[in-house]
Amino acid sequence: MSLDTTAPVLRVDGRMVSIGDAPLRRLSDVLREECGARGVKVGCDAGDCGACTVLVDGEAVCACLMPVARAMGAEIETVAGLDDALGKRLRAAFLRHGAAQCGICTPGMLVSAVALLRRVDAPSEAQVEEALAGVLCRCTGYRKIIAAVCDAGRVMEPAAMPETGAAIGARVERLDGQRKVDGTDVFGADDWPEGALVVKAVRSPHHHARFAFGDLDEWKPNGCAGVWTAADVPGVNRFGVIPPFADQPMLAEGVARFRGEAVALVAFEDGAEPDLSDFPISWEPMADALDEGAGRLVADLHEGRPGNILTEGFVRRGDAAAALAGAAHVATRTISTSYVEHAYIEPEAGAAWMDGETLVVQTCTQAPVMDRDDTAALLGLDPANVRIIATATGGGFGSKLDVSLHPLIGLIALKTGRPARMVYTRTESMQSTTKRHPATMTASIGADADGRIVGMDFEGDFNTGAYASWGPTVANRVPVHASGPYRVPNYRALGRAVHTNGPVSGAFRGFGVPQAAIMQETLYDWLAEDCGMDRLAFRRLNAFRDGDTTCTGQVIHGVGIVECLDALKPHWAAALAEDAAAGFSRGVGVASCWYGCGNTSLANPSTIRVGLRADGVVVLHQGASDIGQGSNTVIAQICADAAGLPLGAFELIGPDTALTPDAGKTSASRQTYVSGKAAELAGRALRAAVLRHANAGNDARLRLDGAAVVVEDGEDVRRIVLGDLPTNGFGYVFMGEETYDPPTTALDADGQGKPYAVYGYGAQMVVLDVDEALGSVHLRRIVAAHDVGRAINPVLAEGQIEGGIAQGIGLALMEEYLPGRTENLHDYLIPTIGDVPPIESILIEKPDPEGPFGAKGLGEHVLIPTAPAILNAIRHATGAEIDKIPALPHRVHAAIWATRSQDVSAASR
Amino acid sequence: MTPDYHRPDTLHDAVALLAERPCVLLAGGTDLYPATKAQSLKGSVLDLGGIAGLRGITRNTEGWRIGAGTTWTDMLRADLPPAFDGLKRAAREVGAVQIQNVGTLAGNLCNASPAADGAPPLLTLDTSVELVSVRGVRVLGLGDFLVGPRRTALTKDEMVSALLIPTAAGDGVADFVKLGARTHLVISIAMVAARLVVEDGRVTCARVAVGSCSATARRLLVLEEALIGGDVGDVAAHVRAALDPIDDVRGTAGYRLDAAAEITMRMLREMMP
Repeated sequence: MSLDTTAPVLRVDGRMVSIGDAPLRRLSDVLREECGARGVKVGCDAGDCGACTVLVDGEAVCACLMPVARAMGAEIETVAGLDDALGKRLRAAFLRHGAAQCGICTPGMLVSAVALLRRVDAPSEAQVEEALAGVLCRCTGYRKIIAAVCDAGRVMEPAAMPETGAAIGARVERLDGQRKVDGTDVFGADDWPEGALVVKAVRSPHHHARFAFGDLDEWKPNGCAGVWTAADVPGVNRFGVIPPFADQPMLAEGVARFRGEAVALVAFEDGAEPDLSDFPISWEPMADALDEGAGRLVADLHEGRPGNILTEGFVRRGDAAAALAGAAHVATRTISTSYVEHAYIEPEAGAAWMDGETLVVQTCTQAPVMDRDDTAALLGLDPANVRIIATATGGGFGSKLDVSLHPLIGLIALKTGRPARMVYTRTESMQSTTKRHPATMTASIGADADGRIVGMDFEGDFNTGAYASWGPTVANRVPVHASGPYRVPNYRALGRAVHTNGPVSGAFRGFGVPQAAIMQETLYDWLAEDCGMDRLAFRRLNAFRDGDTTCTGQVIHGVGIVECLDALKPHWAAALAEDAAAGFSRGVGVASCWYGCGNTSLANPSTIRVGLRADGVVVLHQGASDIGQGSNTVIAQICADAAGLPLGAFELIGPDTALTPDAGKTSASRQTYVSGKAAELAGRALRAAVLRHANAGNDARLRLDGAAVVVEDGEDVRRIVLGDLPTNGFGYVFMGEETYDPPTTALDADGQGKPYAVYGYGAQMVVLDVDEALGSVHLRRIVAAHDVGRAINPVLAEGQIEGGIAQGIGLALMEEYLPGRTENLHDYLIPTIGDVPPIESILIEKPDPEGPFGAKGLGEHVLIPTAPAILNAIRHATGAEIDKIPALPHRVHAAIWATRSQDVSAASR
Repeated sequence: MTPDYHRPDTLHDAVALLAERPCVLLAGGTDLYPATKAQSLKGSVLDLGGIAGLRGITRNTEGWRIGAGTTWTDMLRADLPPAFDGLKRAAREVGAVQIQNVGTLAGNLCNASPAADGAPPLLTLDTSVELVSVRGVRVLGLGDFLVGPRRTALTKDEMVSALLIPTAAGDGVADFVKLGARTHLVISIAMVAARLVVEDGRVTCARVAVGSCSATARRLLVLEEALIGGDVGDVAAHVRAALDPIDDVRGTAGYRLDAAAEITMRMLREMMP
């Protein structure tokens, strides 16, 4: 690059780069837009997340808070420049420990760690915590990051790829890991066609309001390339992840039903400063309802949904009322939970352009094919003329299942014929995308004198917000799971999804089950106490055994909950024997989970294609979005062993709707199980094709030798030179492509049937101290035992456990999204590096008869037990019963005082 | 391109500019950028980063002078007596290192959040604020400088040039505790700073200040008096009487009072002779 001697210059990673004359621009923006330093990630533009951390003259700063003028003349180092010996050791340690999951916070973590490691060779955990405290991670739970930084001093050879047939169960480093640690991974905001229009949305500032536009033709701010409204939407202006319930307009039509709903789009020329401040629109606020109680009382938001009830889910077995009436002990309570924000560090971002007749949308996503179909319907296109290219996705946790900006930028590319790009601001992401359903739940559970559960009655209203999204799924999933992994002979559970003017509630790791588990697992502690039993023993007594029948009448196999509870036993006994730290009250809590993998009683097939190319490379068409959980690696491991080919020979393609068959959505803990099973079948099919060609038996061994495959069948060795053979339409010499759909059945009116083909199980134990006078909770350690059937990749499984626990901690103790009040990452709190205690993961492998190599799903299970275990431990420590989640210090404090006043009044009676 | 960006080299030029037109003052930038969704600051901006001598802590016969450009990290690395330990503890809780490396103590006060981490410990150090303009220099006690939430005594043509801490405030020991719903990067629910001078087993000077529990951080004067008298009485009652917190997303007013009282009692128990 030639230097303009008059222009300002930045020194970035040792390069001199000419930049524009805009001294007050954020350094982050200049680095990304002008210096090509897109390893610098932007998560909040407010100094809250630390993703944009760079070193300026060796000191860590948030590039989003620094005017570029301040960095002139300084040495700026980004993640891309950390390639000295220290940087390389640190990157290797991150890969080895699984410290990078989605990778969006990784640059900020690495840069912050380097600043520390240059001063301190062998830092303590406390030093690492302080140095990295300014960077938020939503995936890992931080523990592996701390371990990696502490271990960065070690020089190690890169781990070898596993031998043929030994991929499953190996602690393989993530196959897409290198680009995550060197800052070159391409996320939604990182790639766009030259000259793309910059798209901004005009959004409702009201929870519920009519609106009217002024003269849009007259409104022409600087650089404005056009304005579009609902009147410009060429297709059916209704989308939704469950087509029969599709109700959400991509641009509202006259009425906005929640704060943050998009009503118009404005495109700006590249380089213009987008300014929507005087956009011509008038608002007329209407009555609103923000919680599930109010939602049932206000006027209907949608025709045909009386009482604002979107759907109900119901499961009945036996006679719960009679069983409770006859029970020796009955515990009853009501609990409510809050909106929870996914808070992935990568806000929604992407670009769209026309490729001939095809609209291409490149974006971060959990569900490329669903995106394609929704975008096509909204824009009046044939799905065949829409292509979704998935970038790396910087966390999703359920919210990147629904379309967000896909149709918005798609509309502008379609209307203008020009490329368009959009990056949501943090506030826009928080306001406009889905949340975890707040729930108000009431339940009663009864036990006999011996401590056996005899019946349970559960009702829950789930605030599904202004539009349907995944509300029906939550309403249906909750009644199936509200029993927990326990024998409940008499059961009635009703879940309702209720519309309000709150943000749309959708999918969030567990689909309502974490909320229901808080109810059931806290009541189990009450019952255990009533029965005079140890709380762990009470759970073990009632836990499902192999061959038991669930409340939906399904007989289940490969049930590992007893094994999980037993694995906690020694830890439980030790913790109960410990004393609290001085001045604190010690609490120990336990809770279990179960979770059905895949859609509830609905088809959700995955298709995987794997081909052997003439050059000896095995190409895996992997359409399952890897949002950090590791499907790129796990599915390849399964496929490799099924094919009997070495993992090291694999190359991955996708997800891209033009290149990868539909592997469904990354949700419902289904990718390892469902796409994994498809990968197993596809791998076996590929192997069978090779064996057929070689006329070899099933036990033959395959070996790749350059551009040849060697088939060893006992004494018989055949060498197939791949280039000598014809290729198929996909360019492969041999190929396997297989589809798998879980065998489930519909649920009848009483919720009886086989909603899932595979379940996973788990139990977690929390040790904590409560500062009673302040109501603050200090987690000491967590032990988590999860039955994963078969741990395809133990490092990634542990990463899921630790990350899920971190989100469970947030759910339990701090996360409360209040529309209009906590729309940023300093008022909305997620756990920081200091909020996740040491975690011991115990992987239980009780094979599932259906799952690939016995594997079960894990991604959502891991979050479910954490919050109830914490609440149970708080009660164990203090007697406090928290009925509004999160258990913020003031709520814990109030609950402790309520307990004391009860004690006093009881004593005075 | 921001046409109205100014980066003067001297304080003289800075105040001359301020006399001509109102400007946004840019010190560390850690409060200005979060307040905008734009990629650049708008309007007239006066960047204090080029002014010689504005950054750093100096000591003279009267006490310590903390230049308005001094960052939290600068202060943490400075050689200061134990009376500053509370301020240093607060510094470690101003965001995280990324914020501490550029955010300034003076900027923290000028932003005038009721939850400004620097305010309580600086109150316990008897800090004064030096304000300059073309009209001259005036010095206000910190309690007078902080007028209300997001409001200070600065007039449009003034800027803060330094924080002044008298020599006598360098005596004694100090502490600071911040209570939040998470460990790091948290806006406090309540925070308490204290500095005590103990001679011959008696408290001869006491400073206690509480933040996030009133419109501005506040010294607890009655409690301070009582500490010197030796008969402290009901600390919690003193704390409650001095504060008027609000309910917000972080906590209820009642809880804030209880928490501030509890933290104060614990802190004094540790510090008292």
